[in-house]
Amino acid sequence: MTTSKQGDQGDPVVGLRRIALVPAHNEEATVASVVAEIKGFDPDFDVLVIDDGSTDRTAETAEDAGAHVVRLPYNLGIGGAVQTGIQYARDRDFDLAVQVDGDAQHPPKEIPKLLAPIIDGSADLVIGSRFLGTGDYEPPVSRLVGIKLLARLVSLIVRQRVTDTTSGFRAMNRRAIQLFAADYPHDYPEVEATVLVFRHRLRMIEVPVQMRMRTSGSSSIRFHRSAYYMLKVVLALFVGLFRRYPTPQEEP
Amino acid sequence: MTPIRVSIIAAIAAIVLLAVIFELIRSRRLQERYAMLWLFSGIIILVLAVWRGALSKLADVVGIAYPPSALFVLVSFFILLLLLHYSTVISRLSDQNRILAQKLALLESRLRREELESSGD
Repeated sequence: MTTSKQGDQGDPVVGLRRIALVPAHNEEATVASVVAEIKGFDPDFDVLVIDDGSTDRTAETAEDAGAHVVRLPYNLGIGGAVQTGIQYARDRDFDLAVQVDGDAQHPPKEIPKLLAPIIDGSADLVIGSRFLGTGDYEPPVSRLVGIKLLARLVSLIVRQRVTDTTSGFRAMNRRAIQLFAADYPHDYPEVEATVLVFRHRLRMIEVPVQMRMRTSGSSSIRFHRSAYYMLKVVLALFVGLFRRYPTPQEEP
Repeated sequence: MTPIRVSIIAAIAAIVLLAVIFELIRSRRLQERYAMLWLFSGIIILVLAVWRGALSKLADVVGIAYPPSALFVLVSFFILLLLLHYSTVISRLSDQNRILAQKLALLESRLRREELESSGD
């Protein structure tokens, strides 16, 4: 592979080809600043905006801000959009990928926390959790109950403590990129991906991160909606338990 | 025993149904793989129409007092089966559709990049 042009400094990040995947659906208000922030944080990051069938100027805005843009012909939903980005990363032979939401709720200054376990080789997938450590994220009670229940359930399944099952702020290495490019869940991607990773015996860890409040749009999931969501996720997880998964080949 | 007139009409209906299915397959408007269930239901209807004691016997065996009810049960079950079959077809189509959309988007971005690179020289 033609990947590691060794860096001259001791910094292990140098020489690793890295890409930030930014799924965006009608985020023209925020996407440019997200791209600029990532570039400003680390100019060596390739930034790929996956325009998930936006009807506004998301793609043009992102391109003007210096991102590569992949335009989906129609809205696939977050799972399909993220997978498209991961396929791009696989095809272009990137060593690691960071997923950052286009709505600016993920501050790029937190990226090193996500990258550290990937770089030192202790994890294949790193998830930024709002509920580990000193987060100031306080969701409404109804959501909190759902989040905790889901975290409990997923923790039981993957036999590892998981606190934030719906975080879209995550980093992955080559193995995870290969896996997700070929098989990525579409209905409840974050929750199901955690289980998928476990079933494929990839190593996953959570690290505490800060997230910002959304600046545009609000999450209006009310109790009955989140109860319905919970039901569907639990069903998806339950069925997923009965799928057969191939045992992954060991990396040489 | 089913009245003879009902049997004749049902048999004609079944034959017409089978003929329509056949014609749809012949003119390639219906793929064979999706026609199987239809053909099967057409044949079942034909059998029930021609073999006039069948429905009563069937109702008797499963313990339904009124034979036409057995017919409704049978028909509902077939319709459910067909619908389920279509759900799997739709799921597969939407999966394939997604894969196409992703491939198209990736190809388009590659093409665009190459165009930009070659025009930059």
